[in-house]
Amino acid sequence: MKLTKLSALVATTAMCAPMAMAQDMANEMTIVSWGGSYSASQKNAYHDPYTAKTGVKIINDESSAEAVAKIRAMNEAGNVTWDVVDVVASDAMRLCDEGLAEEIDHDAVLAAAPDGTSASEDFGNLIVSECFVPQIVYSTTFGYRTDLVGDTAPTSVCDIFDLEAYPGKRSLQKRPIDNMEWALYCDGVAKEDIYDVLGTAEGVAQGLAKLDTIKDQVVWWTAGAETPQLLADGEVVMGSTFNGRLFSAIAEQNQPIGMLWDMQSFDLDGWIIPAGLSPERKARALDYLNFATDTQRLADQAKYISYGPARASSAPLVGKHAELGIEMAPHMPTDPANATNVHTYDYEWWADNRDDLDAKFQAWLAK
Amino acid sequence: MSDTTQSGPVLAADGTPLKRSLARALRMQKIRALMLVAPLLLFVLITFILPIGDMLFRSVENQIVSDTLPRTVVALREWDANSGEAPDEAVYAALAEDLKIAAAAKLHTRVGSRLNYEKPGISSMFRKAGRKVKKWDVENGGPFKEQFIAIHEGWGDPDAWRTIQTYSPNFTNGYFLNAADLQKGAEGAEWRPEDEQIYWVLFKRTMFMSMVITISCIILAYPVAWILANLPARSANMLMILVLLPFWTSLLVRTSAWKVMLQQQGVINETLVWLGLVADESRLVMINNQFGTIVAMTHILLPFMILPMYSVMQTIQPTYLRAAKSLGATNWTAFWRVYFPQSVPGIGAGSILVFILSIGYYITPELVGGTKGVFISNRIAFHISSSLNWGLAAALGAILLAVVLVLYWAYDKIVGIDNVKLG
Repeated sequence: MKLTKLSALVATTAMCAPMAMAQDMANEMTIVSWGGSYSASQKNAYHDPYTAKTGVKIINDESSAEAVAKIRAMNEAGNVTWDVVDVVASDAMRLCDEGLAEEIDHDAVLAAAPDGTSASEDFGNLIVSECFVPQIVYSTTFGYRTDLVGDTAPTSVCDIFDLEAYPGKRSLQKRPIDNMEWALYCDGVAKEDIYDVLGTAEGVAQGLAKLDTIKDQVVWWTAGAETPQLLADGEVVMGSTFNGRLFSAIAEQNQPIGMLWDMQSFDLDGWIIPAGLSPERKARALDYLNFATDTQRLADQAKYISYGPARASSAPLVGKHAELGIEMAPHMPTDPANATNVHTYDYEWWADNRDDLDAKFQAWLAK
Repeated sequence: MSDTTQSGPVLAADGTPLKRSLARALRMQKIRALMLVAPLLLFVLITFILPIGDMLFRSVENQIVSDTLPRTVVALREWDANSGEAPDEAVYAALAEDLKIAAAAKLHTRVGSRLNYEKPGISSMFRKAGRKVKKWDVENGGPFKEQFIAIHEGWGDPDAWRTIQTYSPNFTNGYFLNAADLQKGAEGAEWRPEDEQIYWVLFKRTMFMSMVITISCIILAYPVAWILANLPARSANMLMILVLLPFWTSLLVRTSAWKVMLQQQGVINETLVWLGLVADESRLVMINNQFGTIVAMTHILLPFMILPMYSVMQTIQPTYLRAAKSLGATNWTAFWRVYFPQSVPGIGAGSILVFILSIGYYITPELVGGTKGVFISNRIAFHISSSLNWGLAAALGAILLAVVLVLYWAYDKIVGIDNVKLG
């Protein structure tokens, strides 16, 4: 308790201090991210240019999957070793609620757009928490085996629930988020009513009943790499995963996989700064964020991976893939052609109901 | 030696009584021995006992509510939760005061997430209220009841207040109730709604599957250990390496290898289809279910069974078997009445190792277990790393620990722990 109070005190003093000068900043930092091609894209677009500009040594840690628990443990031990952490928006909210992430004044810390639009306006409603600096928009969406789905490729998310037209196994993520929304949507609930319905016991039962119709044909995944592998092996005919994973399976590995953008579920990924950093390290972390989330840098990341930049002003700057030379814009989840029917999940609602629904979902799975 | 009949104490060489001199020497020896093990003792205490104790303590700890909302907790004591009405203005005024302080220290959302485990929705009540209350004048800004309800209608819900009241003491049994599929109702503990009950199922499944895994390990390991113990040393060493090689291979690699083997387009199914034993459209489902977990975990834990069995079997004299046979026993009788009883300590040691390791496993079940093959440890891992409900994770862990200790006690009563040998 004493330690947390102390670190809170340190954090508040750091907040009150004016933006530190360059010489007051740490010259080494640890950045935590998801690993794989995602970390590689960040290294190319953010870390290397930042090191070139400032000479700061950046250490990459690939622990984002356990970030929430580890940050809490570090915070309790009073020894926070991470400077900037890449997390999904819902985790950022959780960390912010628990007082484990630093609140950020977006307009004071982040760069304005080239045309002078303030950062908070440029990011718009993607700033879902006071602690969160959005970086990319990604989506959870479906891929299917072009050679295993017959003559008519699926066009609607509801084809997932259609075992007659598309027999075979499908893979879904082992959590209620997204699956419950898709189930209700395909059971005839209007998109804008989904969360009202899901908030009732009958709504939960309705969603689970819809999922029940395909339950014995579902392979449940927990890691993003599983669906592309299952598709490549022919274990499943269709499955949900992150759009960037599907892009690399299709464009980089030439797998016979097609992409279904209908009702893709938008989600956000971005940065947080753990609470309890020393003033020098915090100043360095803020300086890094200012650099790494400016308009050009966010657009640069899209050269290496097919996730949409979170700033409105970055979208027109998205160019070609660094190695394949293909135009990246049509592969972005935010591209108008792909985003005709999207599902944006309600962070606040899930923050309230996640534990409860998860218990029900797990009980349903175990049945 | 007539001296021994003399009265008076026997003296040591330096003239002190021998008894005292001996006691001193023994004490010195004990202290020296303790000093030798002290580093280990301290190490175990600091890195093992203390953290586990701290983690277990979280399963009952609940200071956060009364620490963050001290005035509200006191004001709420008078309120009757069964009245069906929200508390009166005094409670809201206390809440305003508490929340203003908590919001300044950014602690209000922590209470919110703590209480949200018990009642969904409380998290955003606190998040939204904290944002507004920061700007309130708590001395003269009242009355607050309507203002709170205007921020979030949940503040007018007696159920939410009941949750705050129920979880205001410093210690709670709520996590343990939750871990046993119970909840605090109006009249003490009651079952959770059926669609939320999960932990009993998982505890039973964990026990059952761990036993199946232990038994299949015994059946597979016994002949292997027997061969190892009875071959000439050179070939036995060769075989030993084959046992140890998978033991040295990464757990993830072995689990993934089983995926490749067992999946529907995998090696086994492909072979069976090619041989014509199984039709192409009715391939066997061998993964993402209990079968997959049992196969993969039996393979992974097999060395833990083979090694103690092997070291016990090595000490069994082959002459006993020969003696039994020369006295007219058949091969089976000689094995069953003479050899097997001597190998039981090895089975005991291996079984304890495999059983205890398997009830705590979670990576393999997560990867190959699907929905029916996951263990209680998968839920513990989820609550530690994802939902951050460490109290519940600690309660589940404490129950698991208690179950293991009870089984160990039962094992000691039935088989006897002296009957366990690692070599």
